Amino acid sequence: MTTLNIVQTVNHTLRDEMRRNGDIVVLGEDVGVDGGVFRATEGLAQEFGQNRVIDTPLAESGIIGISIGMALYGMRPVPEIQFMDFIYPAFDQIQSELAKFRYRSGGQFTCPLVIRTPYGGGIKGSHYHSQSTEAFFTHTPGLKVVIPSTPYDTKGLLTSALRDPDPILFLEPKRIYRTVRGDVPDEDYSIPIGRAKVVHEGNDVVVFAYGAMLHVAMEAAELAAPSGISVEVVDIRTLLPFDIETIIASVQKTGRVVILHEACKTCGFGAEIAAQIAERAILHLKAPIVRVAGYDTPFPFILEDDYMPNAKRVLRAIEKVHNF
Amino acid sequence: MTLEPLQVIKPSGECVETMEPEISHDELKRLYRLMVLVRNLDTRCLQLQRQGRIGFYIGSLGQEAAQIGSAYALGPDDWVFPAYREVGAMLQRGVPLESLMNQYFANAEDVQKGRQLMNIYGLKSVNFVTGSAPVATQLPHAVGAAFAAKLRGDRIVTLTYFGEGATSANDFHAGMNFAGVYKTPTVFFCQNNHYAISVPVEKQTASETIAVKAKAYGFEGVRVDGNDILAVYRATKEAVDKARSNGGPTLIEAVTYRIGPHSSSDDPKRYRSNQELDEWQRRDPLVRFRKYLEKKQIWSEMDETKTQGDTNHQIDEAVAHAEKIPRPSLETLFTDVYSELPWHLQEQLQDLKDEKEERR
Repeated sequence: MTTLNIVQTVNHTLRDEMRRNGDIVVLGEDVGVDGGVFRATEGLAQEFGQNRVIDTPLAESGIIGISIGMALYGMRPVPEIQFMDFIYPAFDQIQSELAKFRYRSGGQFTCPLVIRTPYGGGIKGSHYHSQSTEAFFTHTPGLKVVIPSTPYDTKGLLTSALRDPDPILFLEPKRIYRTVRGDVPDEDYSIPIGRAKVVHEGNDVVVFAYGAMLHVAMEAAELAAPSGISVEVVDIRTLLPFDIETIIASVQKTGRVVILHEACKTCGFGAEIAAQIAERAILHLKAPIVRVAGYDTPFPFILEDDYMPNAKRVLRAIEKVHNF
Repeated sequence: MTLEPLQVIKPSGECVETMEPEISHDELKRLYRLMVLVRNLDTRCLQLQRQGRIGFYIGSLGQEAAQIGSAYALGPDDWVFPAYREVGAMLQRGVPLESLMNQYFANAEDVQKGRQLMNIYGLKSVNFVTGSAPVATQLPHAVGAAFAAKLRGDRIVTLTYFGEGATSANDFHAGMNFAGVYKTPTVFFCQNNHYAISVPVEKQTASETIAVKAKAYGFEGVRVDGNDILAVYRATKEAVDKARSNGGPTLIEAVTYRIGPHSSSDDPKRYRSNQELDEWQRRDPLVRFRKYLEKKQIWSEMDETKTQGDTNHQIDEAVAHAEKIPRPSLETLFTDVYSELPWHLQEQLQDLKDEKEERR
């Protein structure tokens, strides 16, 4: 057991899995000598050499396109997109190629690879180092989208991702890369993709969250406790395909729902959860569903703290559904 | 770099002897028969489309030499990353005509399970990677596969097909640039057929040639007469051999012309003149190669008649077979999205089945 933060866990998990599987290669901008701008790949080039930790030209479409070719040939590339905000030049490669290869070829050609990219706000990064645009990718059949919120889950989920037969977008909440620490077992373990986790049990209200917002949800649950509101917190963990059973079970248990994400509200992932609840459990609801989300604006700079959902805003939503 | 494309067979059928590749007479005749098959297949498929028997068709009329000559230069373990017009390359690679016809009819025997438009096709057993409609996306794939092979020490080469229109797209740059930096064993084979649907090559690039673009990426570009199968073969073979012996990538520009429409939905009369078309029809790659074979005295009028008959018969049989096969099953709408059916797709499949049941 070692106490690690999230970015260290990413690093150790990549290292361990690269030791086990010689087909895994890491590639991207600055991932080699520099160890990545967040140091997620630190030391890997030294241990595995430049043939397995590859500094690429600065072209996201190329990074993903090259990775697809390598995966088709039988390797397991782990491309890093330096910030999720820079993933769009590769959007065509992800949407039209990566996510469709298995389907369009009738299962003849597959691209098992893991795209790692830091996402989300709260680091004073302005428009282009802060966005959470996971919904673009959860609207993509053929792709799996995974977001950890703790070091323990980071190792378990990344290990699963690196062994999964399908392409995976692994979004790393950079705001909590270093602030959230936890015990991580040294031995090999994995957490199945597609399973949510009830992080905190409660009876009155359920808050669904993921990534950095999971911790905001936990803080809000604590703030609500003194007023006698028992809050359940569920970490979605896999956004596609998400864990419908755990979600519906918590709705049936509490009847009052808050959905939390930092991505903008309209057509965000919360809308899908709300719709699923409406389709499957509307008669269990005792109050309208409330979403707490980023505003429908470009990501701000100086007013970032006002943009990002915080525990007080979530508490207000909890109280609203509780007192309805 | 010369502007004049490399030529081996002159329009008269005479051959530049010093340039003539060593290919057996049997092989030369097989290559010609394949060109005839592709020509007749194209003609027939456009008819089938007009009759409503198959969907949207993308042909390769006029580009037979460019496709077959280049694919012929590859070894059996090499990989091909096509665009969507490479029928000649597919057949040369060993894709059975029956398999291709099943794809055209999108039937239950189609390896792609009826999921793609005609000729957007791939077959794993011959390392012919399934293509897509977005332009130039396959270039980085070819580079990635070549890079992976190089890292593993496999002596294979990847060849990717694209048109001159693709050279304007960002993935042309991304692929060429990476290939140059990492010296991957990749052949970039551009069929400059002069039009990206209606937009002429002059509006794609101010570059003097396509081939010259390679220079900026640090490797060689070659310009070849794309209607001369032996010149295409020669240039591609050199590039393939160079790549296989760690010499890095090559860009080949095969200067050719799309005699037919871009697709069955296109009317080329809207954007090009009859005079231009006539000029290029006079440079027909089949006529040129046939003259060459006749001058070598290995092809006769009788051979020609027999080949026309045989290829059409082969096509008839493939059509008759493919048309009888039913559509793919309802399940194939949902399979292969992922390695396994996740809950939401299972649910959607069940919904569809229930709906079909109710409609009965």
